[in-house]
Amino acid sequence: MNSVQKETTTYPIGLHPDLPPPVSERGLLKWLRKSLFNTWYNSIATILGLYFLWLVIPPTYDWLLGSATWEASSNKDCRAGAGGACWGFIKARFLLFMYGFYDANSLWRPNLAGALLICFATPVLIPKVPGTRFFAISLIFFYPWLALSLLVGPIEFSFLKTSSDLAIWAILILGFIAIGFWGIKINDLVKRGFGFGLAYFASALIFLNWGLGLDSVETTKFGGLLLTLVLALTSIAASLPLSILLALGRRAESLPVVMYACITFIELFRAVPLITVLFMAQFMIPLFLPQGYSFDDVGMALIGMILFFSAYLAEVVRGGLQAISKGQFEAAASIGLNYYKSTRLIILPQALKIVIPGIVNTFIAITKDTSLVMIIGLFDILNITKSSITDAKWLGLEWEGYAFVGLLFWILCFSMSRYSQWLEKRLDTDRRI
Amino acid sequence: MNQIANLWYDKTFRRLLFQVLAVIGIAYFGYFVFDNTSTNLERLNIQPGFEFMNEIAGFMPTTDGMNLTGFDLDSSTHKDVFIVGVFNTLLLAVVGIILATVLGFVMGILRLSSNLIISFVSSAYVEGMRNIPLLLWILIWYFGVILAGPGVRQSLNIFDTIFINKRYIALPQPLYTDAITYAGAGVILALALIFILMKWAKKRLDNRGRDFPRFFTSLFLILLLPYLFLTLSGNTISWEFPHLKGFNYINGIQLPASYIAMLMALVFYTGAYIAEVVRAGILSVTSGQIDAARSIGLKQSQISRFVVIPQALRVIIPPLTSQYLNLTKNTSLAIAIGYTDLVNVFTGISLMQTGNALEIIVLTMAFYASVSLIISMFMNWFNKKVAIVER
Repeated sequence: MNSVQKETTTYPIGLHPDLPPPVSERGLLKWLRKSLFNTWYNSIATILGLYFLWLVIPPTYDWLLGSATWEASSNKDCRAGAGGACWGFIKARFLLFMYGFYDANSLWRPNLAGALLICFATPVLIPKVPGTRFFAISLIFFYPWLALSLLVGPIEFSFLKTSSDLAIWAILILGFIAIGFWGIKINDLVKRGFGFGLAYFASALIFLNWGLGLDSVETTKFGGLLLTLVLALTSIAASLPLSILLALGRRAESLPVVMYACITFIELFRAVPLITVLFMAQFMIPLFLPQGYSFDDVGMALIGMILFFSAYLAEVVRGGLQAISKGQFEAAASIGLNYYKSTRLIILPQALKIVIPGIVNTFIAITKDTSLVMIIGLFDILNITKSSITDAKWLGLEWEGYAFVGLLFWILCFSMSRYSQWLEKRLDTDRRI
Repeated sequence: MNQIANLWYDKTFRRLLFQVLAVIGIAYFGYFVFDNTSTNLERLNIQPGFEFMNEIAGFMPTTDGMNLTGFDLDSSTHKDVFIVGVFNTLLLAVVGIILATVLGFVMGILRLSSNLIISFVSSAYVEGMRNIPLLLWILIWYFGVILAGPGVRQSLNIFDTIFINKRYIALPQPLYTDAITYAGAGVILALALIFILMKWAKKRLDNRGRDFPRFFTSLFLILLLPYLFLTLSGNTISWEFPHLKGFNYINGIQLPASYIAMLMALVFYTGAYIAEVVRAGILSVTSGQIDAARSIGLKQSQISRFVVIPQALRVIIPPLTSQYLNLTKNTSLAIAIGYTDLVNVFTGISLMQTGNALEIIVLTMAFYASVSLIISMFMNWFNKKVAIVER
């Protein structure tokens, strides 16, 4: 009765109360209609897309988790299972995948190095954790030597064999420190940096020679995720400063010799594939060095990767330098800053901020390309996987191995790219209307 | 003292000093390397120089089904190995670039779709590809996918012309007769005509605003002319079809499994990067441009052709060039699954046989550097063509 009355009620023009929109124009239905079925070709695409997802996702889930076998001592146990992935394979060889051939008794060493890295890096990467400055300085100046000593043990230098050598070096260091303090006293930047810098490097050498008193481990025992991370982190840490120097050198138009040297280096390394650079490191560095001097395979691969990626990073950094307007240089000069100070305090902080996405993209490329050392015979995680699946005991488990490594790399690289996006947003101090 | 300080703070002097130091440093480094290398070469008893290129190689650098440069085991030298390597590398790079461009453009456009499912599938593809090493993709395609394919006798048979199995894909091979010459002449004439047609059509469009169906006319020309040439001269192209004999296919071209795996991995991997480049390019065209185009009454297809694509291309081409370069350089990963590219046969096997590491690595690097140079030159030329013409 009521509804009939409502229908028959007449309103003056313009005074009809608002009615709710029709069912097809609100909520889920509207969304579906507008975004998935708005035209005939979109409807077909939606149906095809859903069909494709239905074809892919359920079997993948089933294989990965649903009917996977978690405990196995050989591939026979898995064949008897439900037909899913054989994760028992990964579990049985987990230590090999993580540490390669590192001594089972000294696994605490890479573990400690990793834990220390997390401790030092967390306050640097996450602004809410306090102590950013302290940990950043420790991470850059102390962590590398500490990690190197933990991982490979003492590195013996011929000039640091006897205790009298040590005494001479100790006196030298004290002398350097004295020069540094003198530099502070007379306010001379060059003497200060020179004195403390040399003292720092000499102390680092003595520290490496001592190597925390641990047993030495050959780098041929490095493998698996450990080697992948060592290669990636060292290349990243070493190629970034080198690339900044190269980029600055490339833009140093007042120093043509330096500029052309940098251009040649950058363009040469960017024009060739990483594999040829690794081959070059492996076959040509031994030829370039005097007889009796050599690096181990990991060291040579590292040299190749650092040179190669510093050329790529240099171009990224150059992009940032070019984006800084001339006024910034002029303003820095007008308040009396010299080249070193204006570059360090004015130009680089702005330039590097602009190119964070490019730098992180190169870091991701470095992480992925560590897998290329497989070709020169190092056992990074990919090579460990490749040789594990040819083991007669675990034959026919290619997909498990590749899925595991793929997932590891995916997590590493995807989190890096997400972190860079977050950082970019946080550092975006531009004022916008 | 004061004079020295003045000199030290003199700009010109400082510049000169730094450069002299740099020259001395570089020269010393060069001398150090040269000196050590010559001593080491003498010690290792290796003859420097390129004489080794004329020695008979004594190994087969390519599979029998893909010996398209006519390598002969008994008489071919390391120079021929180099040629085989270059040919196989280029075969992979060129086909890879074409397919990756197609896939990348399709995926990039799909990622911009308003349809959530389609854009989800496309983003999942891009993020999945870009965050996993290419070398792993190569291994997955080779060991996981292709080697799990059917055996030779159970080959997938496509109309009795193409046979796919886990060892190779067998394709028919055109036999070299007069017909090829005629067809080739037809293709060349068609290309020349298309070139003239394009110029004419562009001029007409610019002057009178009248459009001409350029694409379909070109397609028609390039199909018709070779056909005309063949029928008028009374020739037909004869093909050699692969057929099963015993346990193997004979005749025709056999693209080895390693080639297919490399191609698949490169195309899917680079396609993801190209998709991102294309997406960024299209997004760079502001919506005001599209509104303006609509307001002067252009159709949707005309908006794409005359407004969006020309402006997007300017943003797309420089990063697209570096993706092409990356793909070309990434073909060198073929050594991981044994495809016979330059790095595998020349920098791998020839180096091991002759020991001339220096010359071989320099030659390999020179090849990649010149390919990079040629690609960048071509793309720079193309970029100039699409660049905005300013007063």
